[in-house]
Amino acid sequence: MIRINDLHKSFGQNKVLQGINLHIQNGETLTIIGQSGSGKSVLLKHILGLIRPDRGSIIVDGVDICGSSEAELNNIRRKFGLLFQAAALFDSLTVAQNVSFGLERYRDLSPKELQKRVKETLAMVGLREIEQLMPHELSGGMKKRVGLARAIAYEPEIMLYDEPSTGIDPIRADAINELIIKMKQEFRITSVVITHDMISAYKVADRIAMLYNGKIVAVGTPEELRKSDNQIVQQFIHGRAEGPIKEW
Amino acid sequence: MTLPIKSFSFHLILQQVGEVGLLFGRTTINIFRKPRETKIFIQQLEEVGVRSLLVVSLTAAFGGLVFALQTYIGFHRYIGVGSEAYGGPIISLGLTKELIPILVGLMVAGRVGSAMAAEIGTMKITEQIDALYSLGADPIRYLVAPRTLACFIMVPVLTLYGDIIGIVCAYFFNVGMGVNRIVYLRNTLLYLELWDVLGGLIKAGIFGIVIAIIGSWQGLKTEGGAEGVGRATTRAVVISSIIILILNFFLSKVMPERLGI
Repeated sequence: MIRINDLHKSFGQNKVLQGINLHIQNGETLTIIGQSGSGKSVLLKHILGLIRPDRGSIIVDGVDICGSSEAELNNIRRKFGLLFQAAALFDSLTVAQNVSFGLERYRDLSPKELQKRVKETLAMVGLREIEQLMPHELSGGMKKRVGLARAIAYEPEIMLYDEPSTGIDPIRADAINELIIKMKQEFRITSVVITHDMISAYKVADRIAMLYNGKIVAVGTPEELRKSDNQIVQQFIHGRAEGPIKEW
Repeated sequence: MTLPIKSFSFHLILQQVGEVGLLFGRTTINIFRKPRETKIFIQQLEEVGVRSLLVVSLTAAFGGLVFALQTYIGFHRYIGVGSEAYGGPIISLGLTKELIPILVGLMVAGRVGSAMAAEIGTMKITEQIDALYSLGADPIRYLVAPRTLACFIMVPVLTLYGDIIGIVCAYFFNVGMGVNRIVYLRNTLLYLELWDVLGGLIKAGIFGIVIAIIGSWQGLKTEGGAEGVGRATTRAVVISSIIILILNFFLSKVMPERLGI
């Protein structure tokens, strides 16, 4: 279980997170929605311990990651897989080396098993025969799927997705949504998905949380959010320029 | 009104010295920790050493030639015709102790230090450093430690190679100018000591560490886009070059003139 308590973070004068409180249950898929620049990715990086908060705590399975040392954080990070917004593939490594990067560190596999696992994981995200290509030879969508394969290859307990459907066509985006659902159903993976894509949010989420002005302004099931009388939520989920959100 | 600016600058300098010191400490610990990133270390040996051979060859050759030219003129003008053959030990001493370690240090800072800052800086702004953390790899162990060890080994190797090139070029220049080759060689071998060469190599090893740590530090500090990478690259070269020149003076002052003295 992940418990985020009163999380605050500022960059200079810019107060990005101003008291975030969220509880994420085991096996649940929580989708966080919000405007660009609202601090969704910053929140995700806090969950993984990549950024230290100014105040507050994040408890992952009983361990406060904000007070952990780098070595302790490294152990906690084994539980997580992160799909980056722009894939963040290692430029100097081939696709196969990228996908096997976490596997080599987290799992004790023979080279043959490693190769097999890389092939299988790439096939899961709809990619074949690209193991020896370099990241610069891939399209944006392919990079994203290789990034996803790299994150899920070592079968983490918690998956963090930063805009999984951005930059790929609607059919592939839906295939990734199906994969998020499949991973939850088959492996009981806990997922935190950050997205602007409301189709994706409704499809994969057990609960949706909306981040606005550094705070969570609404949390609920997709149905509850659809029926919410919060005007900020209504403006965002219907994608209207008119409404209480003026900063765009 | 000047006080806040002064204290801010002092604070900033202290902070940066602290950052570099901390990075150096963590890198040293990670060099000795297992498992080691052997594959990257070997790649870096090639990058720092083999790929710098051409630039070091040219620099050492022309450094040796110009030093030989001025020494020849000096002896010829102030001591007299025939005395030029006594320039051999002076040329070799100057090259091995001072000129070649500095030239190699500056060349490697320009070629390798800038590349390190650019590569690590690009990784930083494209979230590849965060990806390393998320996949259980410490960037200091994975990126900085192999680069630092490779520079610590290869800069002295390049310096030794440069010493040979410089001394050989200086010899051929003098012989070409009609200097007695037997006297020149005998004087050089008689007065040049192993410590003169070793002293230069020790300095080169320290310069190697400076180049890798400053390049990596600037890379890891990179912010912004392409402009940030450009700034980090420039700073890496400028800072490491200045540190090399300052350190060289103090090392020359501190190191004994001869072994055992």
